[in-house]
Amino acid sequence: MRRFFGLKNPKNQRQRCTAEREREREREREREMKFAVKAWSKGRARAGVLQFVVGSSSSRSNSPSHPTEIEIETPALLLSTRKGLPFFISPDLLPSLPSDSHLLQFSPLHFLEGITPETISAIGGLHEMLGLHEYGFAAVPRDSIVCLPHCDGTNKLGASFETPFGRILIKPSEYIKFISSMKPNSWTTLADEVPAWVSEKRNKTSVDRTVRWLDDCIALSSKGGNIFGAIVGGSSVEERRRSAQEVAKRNVSGYWIGGFGLGESMDDRSPLLNAVTDCLPEQKPRQICGLGLPEEVLQGIDSGVDLFDASYIYNLTAGGFALTFPLERIVRNVSDSQLSNKGSDGTKINLNDAVYRKDNSPIVDGCRCYSCQNHTKAYISHLLNVNEMLALILLEIHNTHHYLGFFRAIREAIKGGKFEEFRNHFIEDSCDHVFATALSA
Amino acid sequence: SNSMALRFEILGRFNRARAAQLTLPHFISQTPLFMPVGTKGTIKGLTTSQLEEIGCQIILGNTYHLELQPTSELIDELGGLHKFMNWPRALLTDSGGFQMVSLLHLADITENGVTFQSPVDGKPMLLTPEDSIQIQVGTSLCDFASCRENRIGADIIMALDDVVRTTITGPRIEEAMYRTLRWIDRCIAAHKRPNEQNLFGIVQGGLDPVLRDICVKGLVERNLPGYAIGGLSGGEDKDSFWRVVAQCTAALPEDKPRYVMGVGYPLDIVVCSALGADMYDCVYPTRTARFGTALVPEGILKLTHRAMADDTRPVDPTCACMVCKTYTRAYIHCLVTKDAMGSQLLSYHNLYYMLKLSRDLHSSIIKGQLPEYVCLFLSLDIAFYLLSVLFHWFVCGFLQKMFPKGDVPEWVCNAMEVAGIDISSCCAPFSSSQD
Ligand SMILES: [Zn+2]
Ligand SMILES: [Zn+2]
Repeated sequence: MRRFFGLKNPKNQRQRCTAEREREREREREREMKFAVKAWSKGRARAGVLQFVVGSSSSRSNSPSHPTEIEIETPALLLSTRKGLPFFISPDLLPSLPSDSHLLQFSPLHFLEGITPETISAIGGLHEMLGLHEYGFAAVPRDSIVCLPHCDGTNKLGASFETPFGRILIKPSEYIKFISSMKPNSWTTLADEVPAWVSEKRNKTSVDRTVRWLDDCIALSSKGGNIFGAIVGGSSVEERRRSAQEVAKRNVSGYWIGGFGLGESMDDRSPLLNAVTDCLPEQKPRQICGLGLPEEVLQGIDSGVDLFDASYIYNLTAGGFALTFPLERIVRNVSDSQLSNKGSDGTKINLNDAVYRKDNSPIVDGCRCYSCQNHTKAYISHLLNVNEMLALILLEIHNTHHYLGFFRAIREAIKGGKFEEFRNHFIEDSCDHVFATALSA
Repeated sequence: SNSMALRFEILGRFNRARAAQLTLPHFISQTPLFMPVGTKGTIKGLTTSQLEEIGCQIILGNTYHLELQPTSELIDELGGLHKFMNWPRALLTDSGGFQMVSLLHLADITENGVTFQSPVDGKPMLLTPEDSIQIQVGTSLCDFASCRENRIGADIIMALDDVVRTTITGPRIEEAMYRTLRWIDRCIAAHKRPNEQNLFGIVQGGLDPVLRDICVKGLVERNLPGYAIGGLSGGEDKDSFWRVVAQCTAALPEDKPRYVMGVGYPLDIVVCSALGADMYDCVYPTRTARFGTALVPEGILKLTHRAMADDTRPVDPTCACMVCKTYTRAYIHCLVTKDAMGSQLLSYHNLYYMLKLSRDLHSSIIKGQLPEYVCLFLSLDIAFYLLSVLFHWFVCGFLQKMFPKGDVPEWVCNAMEVAGIDISSCCAPFSSSQD
């Protein structure tokens, strides 16, 4: 008898499979990312809302049973991570950041060593592994910090990167294996990114390859998911347009603009960006890599880009810098107190500078971040001086908090139809300051 | 005998072990307690709010390092160490002497103090007992502008002692012990704020019971708010170690806190607590975390080991800390020794483990004094729970996890016999069928 019950009933099994497939499709629909543009400023700058569902149905003890919908207003900053967590902000300190910090970017290449895709799968994917169920994860192959595209090593088989594990070549099939084990909320297809100075022929090849890999990635990824199609084209407006048009023809959830921050000048950038965004459908999000500085972010937004990475925050933090530019109002006249700050360019200060040794005030007066609410410039300056990790934790918290505030101010400006003014004031203000310090020196 | 700056109330006893409430100017703490070491004004990789969250009561600061950077003068100017590092709870600073002797090659001890070569400019420098006190005593509690000569401002400050390695023998040990006694008087005389900061004396005397006895008696005569047992955990054998602790705790006054300096490993803390010690400090939990090792009930877990790469269990399945609730060994394995986050998360767990151990010792000693007949009136569930937390049961459980084969080291067995704790049930080897 026991054996009888143990026998598999093929008919039941088929029914179960159909039901499972149905549930799977249901989950897929739930995981679909939604995006809507809500406001336009003059020109291309736009404010929108990105919605996605997080929360897995896995059985591990502390995962939420109900999927939660996350709404992120754009233009938005995606927090840069190493292996899925911010560099120095531990997960219990993350909730101290404002709620628009819930979008994280990660590079699957960080997991090339130490853990296998099979283990990540067994744990239940990235959200489960990191315990960050209320956060959205966007996978992008390069991180702009330790994993960088290596143009010469890339060939028709796959994209090459310089990584902490040496130079590696990733084929679309290998990349997809990582992606399907991690289950990110969105993921960018492999790209052949080339620096601004490559030949026209090499640039053309890079567009062809990137389109082919896009098709490969779409074909290989069984469960679909939210694919961001990669757009390249180097410093050629025609190739940028061709790349964007090709990707726009495909069924993707969003677009990822690569190949910037690789040697092109800031003046050359806007026509290239505009050529891309003009080819893309309006109602899908556009993510970019390689634009980090405030003025670069403003330039990207001016061309209609929605999502930016935060590698700039990492670079600031690692260098001992803290962002200080005013957020509420971009003031035209620089106040006297700012002028007296050495080690400052009007947007940031360097806490390695000896002038902060005795400064018992927070980095930014009135800043609501954990670091400013609890610690002084003097303390952080001391921690930097003696190479203590806490310096980097406190700086990453403040800088992330501050930059999120910058994005919030930008969104307000767009919604109020005043993005152009905001941008001009910001740039003038920084220039004024540089000029003023030069005069006072 | 409680000074204004310290109150020590024993809440429970189990033979020699005691659980107490130690009231300090900045915090009311519970003993036995472990003090994480924040050498340069921070515990490596943790924020002060995280430390509060995991139950840290006292942080230890190293006077020598703080004097080098950012200097006690600056800390004083900025309002004392509590304010400087934003730590609302209690602080303890060492005298700086031990750090100098252990870190500097050219440190030399004379009757006047510790002479050393400045690591900044190479010039010869001198740290006298008076200097050490002046550096450690701060103004953060003082409203008078005249108190400017004082500096860091911890709740507990340590007297400058003449430190010698425990492995050294001969007349140098005796000289150091007598010098420590002479210096305590200079420290007491230099201490201007005994009502705000507690000066602890340090028992020296190497492994010689006669010298230790003279030193304890000498210090007790001075009626200090607390006493430390110094000169240990410097490479001496474990059997000598526990005997010195047992001798000192037996001779020190009942109503004063006893602090075993530089100890230690979880096992050492359990043994010393059974022998009647109250306070401990050690860099081990955070240092070992940076090398990828976690403290677990079974001893240690090396997260760097390749076998961790596909281990989906928590670091310690019995631990309730943020790290163990969230992360797998596999994920921590891919972080450790490569990313800052690896040492941050493991330091968090290791300190949580040490602080939980302190809390468990405290509560098991208190509950351990409940007469057994009380349990008869309770429901079975509660009685079973109480039994499981009674101090000797706690100690047995601790040893059983750490030595599952029953191979409890002999020095632990000897110490426990002196402490009056029957550990025979965990010393007996289990039948091999269970392996
Ligand atoms: Zn801040
Ligand atoms: Zn833990």
